[in-house]
Amino acid sequence: MKYAKAIYASLIVFFLLAPLLVILPLAFTSSAFLTYPIPAFSTRWFEELVVNSVWSRAIVNSLLIAAATTVLATVLGTLAALGLRSQELGMKSQIRTLFLLPMVVPAVVLGVGMQSLFVRFGFNSTYWSVIFAHTVVAMPFVVISVSGALTGIDRRVERAALSLGAPPWKVFGLVTLPLAMPGVLSGAALAFATSLDEVVLTLFVAGPNQRTLARQMFSTLRENISPAIAAAAFIIIVGTVVIALVLMLARRKRA
Amino acid sequence: MTGSSRFRSSGFRALILIAPLLVFLGLFFVWPLITVITQAVSDPAVSRVLPQTAAAIGDWDGEGVPAPEIQAAFRADIAANTDDQAMGDVTRRLNSSKSGFRSLMGKTVSAVRENPDIDLAEVDKRWADTAFWKAIQDNASPYTDAFLLASLDMERDSAGSITSMKEGTSANFAILMRTLWTSALVTLSCLIIGLPYAMIAASVSGWKRAVLLGAVLLPLWTSLLVRTAAWMIILQDNGIINQSLMGLGVIKEPLVLIYNRFGVVLAMTHVLLPFMVLPIYSVLITVPGNLMSAAASLGAHPVRAFLRVLLPLSLRGVISGALLVFMASIGYYITPALLGGAADQMISSVIADYSIKSANWSMAAAIGLILLVLTLALYAVYNRLSRDPIQAR
Repeated sequence: MKYAKAIYASLIVFFLLAPLLVILPLAFTSSAFLTYPIPAFSTRWFEELVVNSVWSRAIVNSLLIAAATTVLATVLGTLAALGLRSQELGMKSQIRTLFLLPMVVPAVVLGVGMQSLFVRFGFNSTYWSVIFAHTVVAMPFVVISVSGALTGIDRRVERAALSLGAPPWKVFGLVTLPLAMPGVLSGAALAFATSLDEVVLTLFVAGPNQRTLARQMFSTLRENISPAIAAAAFIIIVGTVVIALVLMLARRKRA
Repeated sequence: MTGSSRFRSSGFRALILIAPLLVFLGLFFVWPLITVITQAVSDPAVSRVLPQTAAAIGDWDGEGVPAPEIQAAFRADIAANTDDQAMGDVTRRLNSSKSGFRSLMGKTVSAVRENPDIDLAEVDKRWADTAFWKAIQDNASPYTDAFLLASLDMERDSAGSITSMKEGTSANFAILMRTLWTSALVTLSCLIIGLPYAMIAASVSGWKRAVLLGAVLLPLWTSLLVRTAAWMIILQDNGIINQSLMGLGVIKEPLVLIYNRFGVVLAMTHVLLPFMVLPIYSVLITVPGNLMSAAASLGAHPVRAFLRVLLPLSLRGVISGALLVFMASIGYYITPALLGGAADQMISSVIADYSIKSANWSMAAAIGLILLVLTLALYAVYNRLSRDPIQAR
């Protein structure tokens, strides 16, 4: 029974991790195909990402859009999470549900609505249309993560600062925000990752000039599977791991 | 701290803090969804070109030729129209309700342009036939249920009652059923794999638990697109599975694992498994560990103890997980689009095709509205279950 459990659990762990283990080495293949065995190791597909203007442009676009999305989502989400802390706010649970709803509504439906609305105002296929669309789906992560951090703060600390004569903005800047910072940072990281990976809304609201890395990967996967995909995947995975590590270190230093 | 206490009140300050996000979501989330809803039920083609007629003909009871005022409104609309293409759309629409409109409208438009006060019955005696006026009345409303009906493969016949479309004209309903069926399969396989896994994860501790949970969380953190690409690499004809099976001599021809239902269900199960495991796990860790040994010491067979003790306790997590997985599945686009064949496309692909390829936003919105309502209904159930755990049991 005990062995059966261990074998079963290992099999599922393998099932969960195998796809990631399979795709990463292929980023370094010298072959033109995404197949094993790898004939020789090479960095030609990373060079392709840099040299080929379609890919390099997409990477730059992704970074620009993800950075703007992160700033916007983090500011809006953090303010809202601070507001949601209040005991006296009416309809709190309804507002919270509204803030989480973008994670629930199917992206395709939201995309159709955004596209027809943005086209009506001549606003579609701009950088801002993509940034706003990404912010809508990235923001819930910030709200959840900052709310989580805020519930861990002992409100007596803030009241103590207030009673010692600090004005509210100073209490916020010197007490609340530093204490909530880990939540803000991980919310920002999740927002960045969400924007980097967003495909469906991008299909609807981006024009050819706003083609992102994820969008470019999606169309490459549909047409011809090239190892450039694995190289791009490698960059995304390594980027995510680096962000996660930085966050963990930042948190450890604080603690 | 002087200043009016109303402005210092915490409720007011909270409102100021959440206002920016509320405004932002109002503009870029709620408004697009409202656009979907209105677009799904509106059909302004006729009422925009014939506004006065549309306003006047609503009162007509369908008995006898419409009153002279209605006919005058109709003539005035035709005389005022300058957009021939829009009039062509109107003619086409009316002709599909009542054949003969194409020639009738052509004749009438040129006659009315020459003499705006001409008697319509003199232009063509068909204007004495109430059936033609009825067609205008039917199409005059700016609202329609035609798109919503069409997204379920239904239509209104000439008498106005709802009927099914002819076999083979539209596959929307079949694709909706396929979406629900595929999602049910994904939910079931997530449950079969995820329930024992969550139980094992909750029963061990230390590094074992960390590994089991990490394996669930890591894919959740990595890009969906990367994971789907990885499955394409694994499952393709010369992918790892086929190569190793052929190398072992188990098969001679590569198995078709991709661009079919198997590939879609497998990859979606992989992507959505965390949403099944985590809710079940979070319920199970609140269950005291000695319950099972208590059942055993009271003489229950392990199977019986499992069925009577652990399973009922994990039920709430199972239901939450199943709802989450099913809800996410029915709106899935990327994985079926990349790993499925033409016969595995789900409802999201149909919506995207209507919107992006054929710019038919009315149909895209109508099918989207159905998907939206389904998803929100499931979410409402999920929300209820997760909010008051005691009542839900």
